[in-house]
Amino acid sequence: MSTTKNAAAQALAGDADIPAAQRLALYRMQYVIRVCEKRAHDLFLQNLVKGTTHLAHGQEAVAAGFAAAMNPDDYSFCTYRGHHHTLARGVGMLPVLGELMGRQCGLMKGKGGSMHLTSVEHGVMGSYAIVGAHLAIAAGAAWSAQYRGTQQVAAAFFGDGATNIGAFHESLNLAAVWKLPVVFVCENNRYMEYTPIREVTAVEHPAADRAAGYGLPRIVIDGNDADVVYRTAREVFAKARAGGGPSLVECLTYRHGGHSRADPAKYRPKEEVEAWMKRDPIVLYRARLLAAGVAEAQLAAIEAETMRTLDEATEQAKGSPPPALESALTDVWADGGASWRN
Amino acid sequence: MAQLSYRDAVAAGIAQEMRRDQRVVLFGEDIAAAEGVFKTTVGLLEEFGPRRVRDTPISELAILGAAMGAAMTGLKPVAEIMFSDFLACCWDYVANQIAKTRYMSDGQVSIPLVIRTANGAGVRFGAQHSQSVENWAMAVPGLKVVAPSNAADAKGLLAAAIRDPDPVLFFEHKGLLAGKAEVPDGEHVEPLGQAKVLRRGNDVTLIALAAMVPCALKAADALVREGIAATVVDVRCLVPLDARTLLAEAARTGRVFTVEENPRLCGWGAEIASIIHEECFSALKQPVVRITTPHVPLPAADRLEDSVLPSPERVASEVRRALGK
Ligand SMILES: Cc1ncc(C[n+]2csc(CCOP(=O)(O)OP(=O)(O)O)c2C)c(N)n1
Ligand SMILES: [Mg+2]
Repeated sequence: MSTTKNAAAQALAGDADIPAAQRLALYRMQYVIRVCEKRAHDLFLQNLVKGTTHLAHGQEAVAAGFAAAMNPDDYSFCTYRGHHHTLARGVGMLPVLGELMGRQCGLMKGKGGSMHLTSVEHGVMGSYAIVGAHLAIAAGAAWSAQYRGTQQVAAAFFGDGATNIGAFHESLNLAAVWKLPVVFVCENNRYMEYTPIREVTAVEHPAADRAAGYGLPRIVIDGNDADVVYRTAREVFAKARAGGGPSLVECLTYRHGGHSRADPAKYRPKEEVEAWMKRDPIVLYRARLLAAGVAEAQLAAIEAETMRTLDEATEQAKGSPPPALESALTDVWADGGASWRN
Repeated sequence: MAQLSYRDAVAAGIAQEMRRDQRVVLFGEDIAAAEGVFKTTVGLLEEFGPRRVRDTPISELAILGAAMGAAMTGLKPVAEIMFSDFLACCWDYVANQIAKTRYMSDGQVSIPLVIRTANGAGVRFGAQHSQSVENWAMAVPGLKVVAPSNAADAKGLLAAAIRDPDPVLFFEHKGLLAGKAEVPDGEHVEPLGQAKVLRRGNDVTLIALAAMVPCALKAADALVREGIAATVVDVRCLVPLDARTLLAEAARTGRVFTVEENPRLCGWGAEIASIIHEECFSALKQPVVRITTPHVPLPAADRLEDSVLPSPERVASEVRRALGK
């Protein structure tokens, strides 16, 4: 190790717990999410993505940090703003973009769309578009893991807005009472659709300040620092695996874009946006890696390779046919069909 | 064969399935230690223990959400919603989540669960504890809908519902719980999606569900004394619907009456009437007549409740009127 590297390592005291390879993986995943979300936005503006998208650029560190702490058979339950968590569990950019574009190559062949990304083989047990609903579903998956005696943990990712809906409170209570191996992760990006969360919430920290009501510790972390997220995730997952029950983690973060579609997010004060842009999780993480002695060329190579994969995925998705029309009438039932009568 | 009450048959059906399949778990409000507010889960905590038979908080969202999450990850949950009226509290899970997730996931996710709930009137509980809401469920693609009319079916259809790979909404009728019937000993499973012809007569066809089945049978008894022979068909499952049997029995008499406890608009009989009109119109001697609860919330007082629910007298008089007698 060179002296500069040693000095940098000194400056990052306490970082020895995250191996270099893990750091690079965290960087790569954040970068993948960033460029894939931006591409989704471009494709939306080109009318190649129809309907809606809810992008998570700016919130990459939460997804990358949590996914890095999960075992392959752990469960993720996401919201409509769920592309980042889906990619972070290892789903490719092609099936994600293909699903957004309603193509045969899509993750669910166009039957779910942007808000419902699901890949059971990657542990992505679905993305749910009714605010808060999936917290209870994650609790149920955790109960099943507990019942079956596996070491699996379920994680539910949700927004600040979800903390004011009944399902949040019912799920936390049930998970606490049954000591379920579930981790509830609030991505507090300060806004619901267009209204600031603080204007409609009785406490400052919409998730963490409610933890005491369920006998849980209050955890608020910097959701724009992938290392902090990863460390926290490791702890809460270890606790859940050891039978210590659920955790509620509030990650402070920020959307770089609007709520959905082409929302310009004019409702956010300029100074606030600027301040958060300075805390761009990817810019910060890149600088940290460089300071720790990672070569610029190594990061540039990750970036170039990611862009190549993204461009290929985009072209492939554009070339993919729309789904066969017959597929609209399949998979209502376990027998594969849609018949409700004889 | 043993004489069992409908409520004991429910417990027997659950127990039968819990014995053969470790994945079956039962939970809901007051169902374990208290053995159910309707005593439909008596003996289950004792036999299967607190790991498999669990009391929950009063959290309808968490109950159905947890049932779904457990079902999609390898269990076969049987969740109880105490009164079917309370399904309105957790309708998101019924209509948006449980029913649609297989489809939206392109078949990746299976949700083999049963939601049991006490449905129906006749017990003077008023408008929020007496509704027949099977037609709500029927309107949602992705849900199977079952409503037994007797103890044998309560056991056999519930067993089939638990074995079924799809989500099933299972309506136990409050007014039928005390009624006893012969229930086969040993393993008893009645396939879903089969209507049952309970008696045959050549003049009219009465199509009924749940508590309206004994109502229709009583009407048929009265009519036969007047020389009018009625066929009575128990629909048993609204989804999947045994349209074939209904059409055959409709065509045989040409005079069809649905007997429905649900309020008038969009009751299940409307769908069945439409199928019959579309598919065996030429065999009909008259339009299908729907006998329903009027389109009002249910009143509490006994006299009022009795006055709005279809009764054997009302069914018989509708039949006489149609026949010009
Ligand atoms: C039950 C429900 N109510 C309202 C909506 C409409 N809606 C969609 S996203 C959203 C904002 C949610 O905000 P938050 O939970 O902070 O998540 P974020 O979008 O910021 O990730 C709303 C109100 C919905 N989908 N579900
Ligand atoms: Mg938000």
